[in-house]
Formats: sequence, C-alpha cells, structure tokens
Amino acid sequence: MSGIHVTTKINGDVVEYVCDADETLLDVLRNRLGLTGAKEGCSTGDCGACSVTLDGRLTCSCLVLGAEADGAEIGTIEGMAKGEELHPLQRKFLQHAALQCGICTPGILVAAKALLEHNPKPTETEVRFGLAGNLCRCTGYDKIVRAVLDTAEEMHRSARGA
Amino acid sequence: MPLDSRPDTKRSFAVVGTRPLRPDGIDKVTGRAKFGADAVAPGMLVGRILRSPHAHARIKKIDTSKAEKLAGVKAIVTRADFPDHTDGDAALYDVLYNIMAREKALYEGHAVAAVAAVDARTAREALKLIKVEYEILPHVTDVDEAMKPGAPVLHATVFTDGVEPKPKKPSNIVRRYEFGHGDVEAGFKKADIVVARTFKTEATHQGYIEPHACLANAGPDGQAELWVCTQGHFMVRDTCARLLGMDISKLRVTASEIGGGFGGKTTVFIEPVALALSRKANRPVKVVMTREEVFKASGPTASTSVDVKIGVTKDGRITAADATLRYQGGAFAGSPVEFGAMSAFACYDLENVRAIGYDVVTNRPKQAAYRAPGAPMAAFAVESVVEELAKKLGLAPIDFRIKNAAREGTHASYGPTYGPIGLLPTLEKAKQHPHFKAPLGPNQGRGMACGFWFNFGGQTCVSLNLNNDGTAALSVGTPDIGGSRASMCLMAAEELGIPYDKVRAVVADTSSLGYNDVTDGSRTTFATGMATILAARDAIKKLTARAAQIWGIPAEAVTWEKGHAKPAGANAGNFPPMSLAEIVAQAGATGGPIAGHHEYSADGAGVSFATHICDAEVDPETGFTRIVRYTVLQDAGKAVHPSYVEGQFQGGAVQGIGWALNEEYIYGKDGRLQNAGFLDYRIPVCSDLPMIDTVILEIPNPGHPYGVRGVGETSIVPPLAAIANAVSAASGVRLTSLPMSPPKILAALEAKAG
Amino acid sequence: MAKVVVWGSLKPHTGGIAELEIDAATVRELLDRLGETYPGLKPQLARGVSVAIDGIIFRDGWQEKLSKDSEVFLLPRMIGG
Repeated sequence: MSGIHVTTKINGDVVEYVCDADETLLDVLRNRLGLTGAKEGCSTGDCGACSVTLDGRLTCSCLVLGAEADGAEIGTIEGMAKGEELHPLQRKFLQHAALQCGICTPGILVAAKALLEHNPKPTETEVRFGLAGNLCRCTGYDKIVRAVLDTAEEMHRSARGA
Repeated sequence: MPLDSRPDTKRSFAVVGTRPLRPDGIDKVTGRAKFGADAVAPGMLVGRILRSPHAHARIKKIDTSKAEKLAGVKAIVTRADFPDHTDGDAALYDVLYNIMAREKALYEGHAVAAVAAVDARTAREALKLIKVEYEILPHVTDVDEAMKPGAPVLHATVFTDGVEPKPKKPSNIVRRYEFGHGDVEAGFKKADIVVARTFKTEATHQGYIEPHACLANAGPDGQAELWVCTQGHFMVRDTCARLLGMDISKLRVTASEIGGGFGGKTTVFIEPVALALSRKANRPVKVVMTREEVFKASGPTASTSVDVKIGVTKDGRITAADATLRYQGGAFAGSPVEFGAMSAFACYDLENVRAIGYDVVTNRPKQAAYRAPGAPMAAFAVESVVEELAKKLGLAPIDFRIKNAAREGTHASYGPTYGPIGLLPTLEKAKQHPHFKAPLGPNQGRGMACGFWFNFGGQTCVSLNLNNDGTAALSVGTPDIGGSRASMCLMAAEELGIPYDKVRAVVADTSSLGYNDVTDGSRTTFATGMATILAARDAIKKLTARAAQIWGIPAEAVTWEKGHAKPAGANAGNFPPMSLAEIVAQAGATGGPIAGHHEYSADGAGVSFATHICDAEVDPETGFTRIVRYTVLQDAGKAVHPSYVEGQFQGGAVQGIGWALNEEYIYGKDGRLQNAGFLDYRIPVCSDLPMIDTVILEIPNPGHPYGVRGVGETSIVPPLAAIANAVSAASGVRLTSLPMSPPKILAALEAKAG
Repeated sequence: MAKVVVWGSLKPHTGGIAELEIDAATVRELLDRLGETYPGLKPQLARGVSVAIDGIIFRDGWQEKLSKDSEVFLLPRMIGG
C-alpha cells in the first residue's frame, strides 16, 4: 500500500509524516512520531484515553485517520507544559492526587483543558459532563473533579488579578 | 515477623500521614510515563493472537501452512509449541491451557494460535490464513445451568472434591467448601423471624483502562527479557519460565508503569505467547490486547447465585445464619467462592453459622482476581437480608448491625478469633455522620451496608541504598498501582529521619531483588512498607556502627534520632550529633557502601472493615437509578498517605456502583459475549456520580510497626448491597439480581403495582 | 498439644472431627503431622493453606512457633485482587 504524505502542526511544530490510508491518527502519533502520551484504551472512541485536540476541538485520535490531519493543528499532552512550567491543570492534578495509575491522565488533562477553554468557570455538573467521555477506573472521579474546579478557580483569580 | 514491629500507638510521625506529591507525578501528567504498550525495540515485530469463535469446541486440526508463506510473517505458534512442563501442577496446567487452547477451545476468545509479523496489517492477514478445524460442542455459561445433571461437561477429569462419597461421574462442580461453627438448625429453631432469599450477580470485569501489553525479547541462547504491565513481574517471570521450560535466571522481567489492574493483572495471558513467538522468530515481539480481547480473554470475576437464610429473635439478636454460594469462574477451577463463603458473615458475631460454597466451571474466560475476590457478591446477599430483617423487626438497620457486629474476641465465621478490629467504630462513626441524618428528596432512599476483607502479607524483598550525598535509593519489587512509591518514600524518610524528597523509590526488575509476591491482597503498603521500615532500621544499625567507629566508642553506645547518630548518654562520650549525610560521606573510609535490606514473608496483615452509606434516587417512570450521595467509612489502621487512602475508598466504591447498576457480561444463546466493549459494557463515567465522601478511621493493626492495614480491596465489598438497600428504600421494591438496570427495576415496579 | 480447627469441607478427611489436638512446635511440624495422620488432607495441604494462630493469619509461616495452648485455624490459602 502506498503511503499518504501529510503535513500538519503538532503542539505548534510543523510535522511531516507518511501514513497508510487506514492508519489512525493515534497510531501515527504513537508508532510513527513517538508521541506515546495518547493511550489506546479501546480504539472505538469510548474511553477517551487517546484524547487530543484537532483544530481546537476535543477528539478521540483513534477515530481520526492520520491522513485527515493534513493541514490541521493538533494538540497533545506532550504540548501542555511550557518548558519547566506545568499547566495549572497538571499542577492541580498532582496536588489533589487526582490520579492513581495514571493511564487515563493524559486524556483527561487534554479534555479538561479543552473544557476550561470553552467554559472557564464550569459548575461541578458541567465538569462532570465535560469529562464524561473519559473513563477513569481508579479514582471514582472525585479528586479529578475537585482538581479541575480548583484550577478553574485559580485561573479565574489570576486572570482577574492580572 | 519480628517482635519489635508492634505498633507504637503514642508515636508522633514526622512525615507519615502527610500528603506530599508523588515521585512519578511529573511523568504521569506530561505523558512521559512508560506503560506496557509504550515500549519499542529495534527490529520489533507485532504479535497477534487468533481466538476461538466458539464457546466450546474440539480443535481437530490447525493448519498454519498458508499463513507461514505470507511475506512478512516471522513466526507462528500453536499448542504444539507449548509442551507440558507443568509436572503435575494442576493450577499451572490450567494456566498453560488458558494461554493456548489444547484439545478443546473452552470459551469464545480462547487463544488457538499466534503470529509475529513485520507489522500489524501482515499479522492480521496471517491470522485469517490459519485454518482451524473445530468440532462444535454443546456449551453452558450460566452457573445454575452448569450444575444441573444434564449440563454439557467441560472437563472429563472433574469429579467434585469435598463431597463424600466422591462422585463417580464427572461434572462442572469442581469443589465443595464448607465453613462455619455451631449448629445452624438448632439456631433457626430459636429464631422468631427467619428470612431466606436467593440472589444472582453477573460477571463484571476489572475494567482497567490499559489493555494487557508486553514486549518480549528472547534469543536462541535461552536468555530473554520481558517488559510488561503486570501487578507482579516476579510472578510473570516464574510462571513464564516454568511454562516455557526456561531457567528462571535467564528471564529478566521489567514492570512497566501499570494502567490499572484491580486483580486482573495477577496472572499471565499474552506474556508466554509473546516469549514463544520471540524465541521462534529470534526478534523482539510486542503483543498488545485489543479491548475486545481484554473482555473476552482476560479474567472477569465470577457470576454467582447465592442463597442466604438468617434467623433472629424478636429483640434483634441473630440466632443462625446460613448461606449456599455457587460461583462460576469460567472454564477452569478456582472461582473465588471459598473467599465468598469465608467472608459472607465475617461482619457478625454469630453463635451458629454455616457457609457452603460450590466452585463451578462454565464456558467463559478463566476468571481472575477482582478486588476482594468473591466477597462483594456474598456481602450483597447477606447485607440485603440483614436490611430486610431490620425492617421486619422495626429496628434501625444500623442499630441492628451494631447489636450483632463482630468485635474483638468474636469467633469469626471463617474460623479464628478477631483481635482489635474496626467494624463497630465505622458503624458508630456512620451513625454520627451528617450524611446519616440529611433529608432525602422525592423518590430518594437511603441504604447502608458493611464489608470485610482479609488482607495479607506475602513474600517481599526490598533494598535501601544510601548515597554519599545523604539521599536514599529504595528498590521495591511490587509494582506501584496507585501511588505506593510515595508511601514507601514516606516510610523510609520517617525511619531515616530525612526529608521525603531525599528518598527515591523505584520498582526494580526481577534481576535486582529477591522474589516479591504480586501487588495484590491489599498487601503493598502493609508488606512492602514494613519491609522498607525494617530495611531502614537495618541501615540505621549500620549507620550507628559507623558513627561509633568514627567516634571510637562501642556501637551499642550510639542511638539514632531525627536523622542523626548520637551518643546514647553522657557516659558514651561527648560528641555532637552526626547526620546521615556526614556518615555516608565517610562510608568509603569506614567500610564501604551502606545499605539496608529486608527479605521476609510478611504476616500479620490486619483484617479490614468498612461501612458505606448510599442515597439513591429511582425514577418511577423509567426505573433509572441515580446515586445522589455516597459516604465510605473504613478502617485504614494508619493512613500513610491519606490522599491515596481516600482514593482507594472512592475507586472501590465506584467500581461497586458500576457492578450494582450497569456492568454485566451478557451472553447470547450461542455462548458468545455480546458486549465486549466500553460502549455496551458501561463502567461509571464522571457524570453518573456524585462526590464520594470518605472517613478514614485508624484502629492500629497490631501486626505493623505503624499500625498499617491494607485498604485497597474492602471498599468494593459494601456498595452492591448499600445500593440495593437504597434502591429498595427509594422505590419500595427489593432487587435480588444485579445489575439493577432500569428495565429490571421498572419490571419490579410494575409487578408491585399489579 | 496445639488445638487445630479445620474448615468444614475438610472434616470428611478427619473422621468428621473439626477440632484436632496435634503435638507440634511449629506450623511446619503441624502441617506434616496433619498430612501423616490424615492422608486425605494431603491434596489440600499441597494446594496451599494459610493458618491463623491465636487470631493472626499467616499465609507463609512454616517457622511460626506454636505453644501448647495455641489455637490454630486452617484456612484456604489467601489471595487478593
């Protein structure tokens, strides 16, 4: 099978790759580009462990073909921290012990970031529905919801202060 | 266990009980942490497994010749590549049979062949070219059906154990267990009220988000490396070596970060297959299960059918309790029915008690341990009857439980006499909890339930190396599944008297340490923690000896306090305290590196109890149940890192909520699993749930120097019944079968309305 | 003589008796004596047992000492999830 040449932007950097026509974006990220932060939990779009943003929209990368990413902008967990500085969500997840095994954490962080970008001051219910596409089997979600609400609160405060 | 490990209850802790950030945190929030499927190796092949589409079939012939000719295929293995090295070990033979079917495929999804190829596409193509000739046999998947005389028999070699006389005909009933004491018949005669009910629960899967994955690299010289997500890499090493006829020393296993296990990663599935493929291809081979394979071919827990009968006097004292439990554990012996039978009545102080268990095989995947294996289903049945009895007596369910609760000195239903236990404190705390008195809305009801789990210790080996800048490197052999490295660092820091962030804990590979049992049985913080404490004490003994040597005084004249060696008293000499860093800086000149070790079989794990309170709202129009409020009260002995203790309470409760309301293995008439994916096998999502409130009680375990008890498993035991009791209070109908899905509740409501 | 209590389904192998008196100084000795005296117990002993000595459960405690008045319960070998 002849490969498809794709030019895309991942976490702000231009990336080129050649992929098969039936290859998912998740497989491209993990197997061709070494970006293994997105995880494969189901490959059917049910668990959210492979969450990325595609042109700003939260997406399961297992449901997108690598070829479809041509010309798009992709955001992955690897682009969330800026150098040494963690994203506030990453910091709050650690402070709140909002992860146990950590396999769902990259996807949940990407989803939570997308949520806060669309809704900077969500209620608990909005957080719960915003993260309903991301399965976590360890935590019961309690500490995850608290971490996201606490982040929103902190970002809101620092935005007001600035 | 050393005698000095009795807990010092007056001790005040410097760092144990605080909530520092976990050492693997940055890796986990940046996506850098390496899990099972994240490893690569030069020249790596992709392994894929061909699985039986039939629930029960004789495998007459496997023809791999076409697949072998496909370009890019480097190795194919079938049953012929797994000769029996198990040497009469029946349990190990079952594992061998489970990882690759032999005469028969015993369930849909049973592995029959495997391929290693240059890429996934070629491997998939090759699987299609393998021709397997099956003779389809009648199958059975339901536990009660499997026990009937005319049921299709899976194994001609199974003649029920534990019944006299031993049956002459084979059946699907592997073994009968019986536990208890007193005379239940006499006890029931003394009862004023007797309630007897039958309950059913469906099989549920542990549902870890990370599918099984491994990377094997074996060479023709018999040496091999394996990278794998597992709860126990020493178990993987020993099991694979025995199945493949290798020397244990030639197989080095490294545990990846593990994306959840809950008991499901305490055995092997794909690992021996990956090693066999790698050995044959002489190339590294990565095998990763799909989610469908996880559901169909890794271990869910048992489905069950349970009868419970309890008798009480008018004043609320239980006179007798009797249960018969039937658990199917898939196609091989070993359902957790013995633990169900042992734990069923463990929360109660009973004069006359009996629990009979039947271990049953069916055409389903071989069950694997799932968090407190066997206990939640038994508790569902018993705690439902307890609640019903309390209502019949006109007693508050909590008072009825307090009146009959097991306490120190109670002769446990499974045998021994309890030492100090935390059941009554959780009940009394529950009674005072604001949740208990909070008002309920329309269509809402409140339920509660208690739960018990044994916990255990197991073989453990740790090594604590002191570096010459005064920091410590701790090597443990139990995979960290929920933050245990943080807890280990806390305990090492506590003993050594150095800051938490001066200790780094790693999960070492199998070549670096002696054997460690699997991370299971809620044992890691207890057993690896105690080994860490004792290794630190071993290091301290050496540190004080070095200080004594430097000072020129006897070793006995030096003590250890807050990270410093000090002369024991005025007579010992007048030297300023010497810090750990100062001593190790001179280690080279005073006798070489300083390290502490501890190897042992940890025992004395304290049993664990919990009480859960649940508010549920049942929609009378649809039968849909929403959990409105949930509180977990559990004895942790001593919470080393309270955030991760709370996390265990919350996670277990939510797995229980899923089990109670949504989750089930659904089989078609053809014996095939109909819902092998997260869309149809629905585990709780964020929007299904309220916050899960937690209360940590600390009743010290006499078997641990800080009083630690395991906390990981008990939290899944009470929810099934707590929710059933809440649903009953909310809707007026009592469901005796799980899951309590909307159609079932609606049908019960309609039946009640007539 | 330590008092040893076996669980119900083992009773057919001990002449129907749940409580046995066994002369043994350690768990190892106790298990050996049990196997010698009641050969029917051997398959279960081979599968593995835990013991509770005076209320404390030992899964791997062959070296544990028993006193004359120790109360020992045989339990199936503990597992967990």
